[in-house]
Amino acid sequence: MSGVTIVVGGGLVGLATAYGLACRGQKVRLLDQGDTALRAARGNFGLVWVQGKGYGMPAYARLTLRSAAMWPRFANDLLAETGIDVHLRQPGGFSLFLNHEDMAEEAGQLRWIREALEGKYRFEELGPEELRRRLPGVGAEVVGACYSPDDGHINPLLLLRALTSAVQRRGVNLETGCEVQKIENTGSGYRLTGNGRTWEGDRVVLAAGLGNQSLARQVGISLGLSPNRGQILITERLPHFLDYPTNYVRQTGEGTVQLGYSNESTGLNDGVSASVMSDIARRAVACFPRLANVQLVRAWGALRVLTPDGFPIYQESPSFPGVFALTCHSGVTLAAIHAYEVAPWIAGGPPPDELQVFSDQRFKNPDYKVTSNGH
Amino acid sequence: MTDHVPVIVLGAGPAGIVAAMRLHAEGVKVLVLDEQATPGGQIYREVSLASPKRKELLGRDYAAGSVAVASFIKSGIDYVPNASVWLVTAEREVHFRIAGETRVISADRILFCSGAYERPMPVPGWTLPGVMTAGAGQILLKTGARVPNGAVVLAGTGPLLYLLAVQYLNAGVKIKALVDTSARSDLMAAARYLPAALPAWKQLFKGISLMAQIRRAGIDWYQGATDIQIEGKVKAQAISFTHKGAQCRVDCDLVLLHQGVVPNTHPTLSIGAEHQWDEGQVCWVTKQDQWGALSVPGFFIAGDGAGVNGAEAAALQGRLAGLGIAISLEKLTTKAAESEAQTIRRSWEKIRCIRPMLERLYRPIQSLQLPADDTIICRCEEVTAGAVRQYAALGCLGPNQAKAFGRCGMGPCQGRQCGLSVTQILADARQVSPSEVGYYRIRPPLKPITLAELANEK
Amino acid sequence: MATSPLFRSLDARTSEVLIEFDGKQISVADDTNLAAALLEAGVDVTRKTAISGASRTAYCMMGVCFECLVEIDGVSRQACQVRTHAGLKVSTHSPAATKGDIHD
Repeated sequence: MSGVTIVVGGGLVGLATAYGLACRGQKVRLLDQGDTALRAARGNFGLVWVQGKGYGMPAYARLTLRSAAMWPRFANDLLAETGIDVHLRQPGGFSLFLNHEDMAEEAGQLRWIREALEGKYRFEELGPEELRRRLPGVGAEVVGACYSPDDGHINPLLLLRALTSAVQRRGVNLETGCEVQKIENTGSGYRLTGNGRTWEGDRVVLAAGLGNQSLARQVGISLGLSPNRGQILITERLPHFLDYPTNYVRQTGEGTVQLGYSNESTGLNDGVSASVMSDIARRAVACFPRLANVQLVRAWGALRVLTPDGFPIYQESPSFPGVFALTCHSGVTLAAIHAYEVAPWIAGGPPPDELQVFSDQRFKNPDYKVTSNGH
Repeated sequence: MTDHVPVIVLGAGPAGIVAAMRLHAEGVKVLVLDEQATPGGQIYREVSLASPKRKELLGRDYAAGSVAVASFIKSGIDYVPNASVWLVTAEREVHFRIAGETRVISADRILFCSGAYERPMPVPGWTLPGVMTAGAGQILLKTGARVPNGAVVLAGTGPLLYLLAVQYLNAGVKIKALVDTSARSDLMAAARYLPAALPAWKQLFKGISLMAQIRRAGIDWYQGATDIQIEGKVKAQAISFTHKGAQCRVDCDLVLLHQGVVPNTHPTLSIGAEHQWDEGQVCWVTKQDQWGALSVPGFFIAGDGAGVNGAEAAALQGRLAGLGIAISLEKLTTKAAESEAQTIRRSWEKIRCIRPMLERLYRPIQSLQLPADDTIICRCEEVTAGAVRQYAALGCLGPNQAKAFGRCGMGPCQGRQCGLSVTQILADARQVSPSEVGYYRIRPPLKPITLAELANEK
Repeated sequence: MATSPLFRSLDARTSEVLIEFDGKQISVADDTNLAAALLEAGVDVTRKTAISGASRTAYCMMGVCFECLVEIDGVSRQACQVRTHAGLKVSTHSPAATKGDIHD
């Protein structure tokens, strides 16, 4: 018994969980890949986003709301630990729509969630006039928006830096350039091996994004993961004009403007394409016409980690007790939950509310309908 | 303009124009896209517009470029100037911006002739107004005969620096000082390669002649200078350095820096072509076969973009690439091309033989490869060498993670000015080769485009 | 503030045009490289950095350093990639200081 918990994966899920474990006095070894790894953590928009999540699974809506509510505490803890302010702002967020069908579909889903949560779910449907009052500069092509007061955003780069600093200050052993390929039960714990290196621990947390698939399978957890590519554009720095995060456009603290949103099944190809870039640009300019003459500085692709229904899987292995798989595609929004509820559960404490809903076993239920949405 | 051509040549410097003409001679339709307004690249910039007096000032090598440029212009090959390429796909589509509009053209073969640019020379104060590259000085000379108006100091090392010094002398410019980072020890170490360099005696002679002219002019020439710093609050006011153990300081208005040139690898990296670290040149170079074919099918390279060998070598590579592309398009058999190729390769060997000596003689000094902590290495985001070393201490393995930590490489230049420094600093911190550390992942746009231009792409 | 220009031209000026820099009229050669023209006109600072507000101007003259960024009609352009013409209005490039920079 080494008393060590190994966390496989140094992205947002791994870092937040490692931090939570370390805060509980656990000895943690965090294994991360090399410089050119896929890293879904590099592809995020920085959104702490509630709106629309949990359509088809109310427990996920509740989980998300809880995490968003805990985020101020998380941000303060990181600030206190590291001196780094991750610039959490939760002014509410807008989903902008360029056609009525999309807005109707989204509004319908939000109403479904509100009913499933017995009214404990806040959002507004805004027509063009009200929207223009709240978001000056929004384009004439925008037909309306859904607004959730619980939405917010952080600075993704500062979050990565703060988490890295925090885990190290808490004594987490951070090892880079690792490739974990195999996991075995030694009888007195678990042994991980890969590329000629070996690690041993009493507990293992699989937080390796798409890399979780093969590792989880070795311990009897089936994740059914598929990569989903999102392309992101970023502009030159601009004077500050947008305080609220939106679904398509977000201005960072540095003044640069991030643009999205796209979904493609391209396997493990995290490249970009002119056609999608063009679509994103067109949408951005339609949403905020002032962006027309702004210079694009960079475009990149990142692979979302999608489970079959798009909802997280939190599962302890039945055959390898002490080995956990954590898989989700909202590493930023759920970071607080991962630090304050998931990590304590891994350390032997009580499970988060409704944890059983996020089991991988749900896919084995023939009555379970997968309403795969990208949220 | 059609949507598809057999061959697109990117760049109209010595390699691009020769390659285009060689293909044209085989009846292959070529489109040449050029960022400049007239052919010639950087080295022969505006040579087609240059008066005899200008050519005399700039020297024989520059004037020699007018022959190839004139032939190219006369050839009638499809030439598109002022085109800014922002994306080249592995499927051989070229997306470019011209006069505020974006166009796309696809090709069966694409030839990169994107040349080289100055190796960044991070010294304290290098970001001040009044500090530019020696290449910039040459460009200003070539475009509008602009010369320094006040006290100018040339600092660094490399053939281009000495050439510029002589060009300035020809123009009647007083050079206040030449702060030369090459030392006697470099000369001694390079002497080892002299015998192998002798077949290129003409070039050696040219270099010696440049040095002699500089000496005759009586310029203050500080050799073996180290610890270069540029002083000034809002602009350059003086350059200080260590010379023969003594601290020196020279007041000036303009400092022109040079530490050699390095291949412009952004276009070739962006399509995923294989590169390797060249320890002699201290930079990344492409991997290509004898015809210049890159590791990505359908792509070729010629000229300094593949590795720095100079204009003459670029022209030879251009011809080889032209042959190679013609062969790959089955317009020419390998057999028919062989005797010409052999002649080219013989000339190439003769030119290349001087490189090991030049590379050693003008090797960037350590303090410039690994700047001191408080030196800015990412000019765009003002990130210092010390900050990058901190990221390494936090577990950062390579340049892409370094970006996430401190934004270095995220500015408008997208790593062109800091890339080599970051790779080398991390390699030194980790005590591994630059090869193992790698380089920034290059993504589009290669050059900026506005969102409206992107949105309106047809 | 009159500063001695960093560069001067050996050529006799054949045609001149009036352009504006930060609202001030300056006389430059027509259809010439804008970055070069500004240097010749004694404009030493054309950009302020976003992080520290440091003064910058053209460095490489060939489009790879982006130090010569200026604002022309509300668009960021590299001055070394622009040619002068009568009535060209150029401004110092400086994104307004923003709160919440990663460097804070």
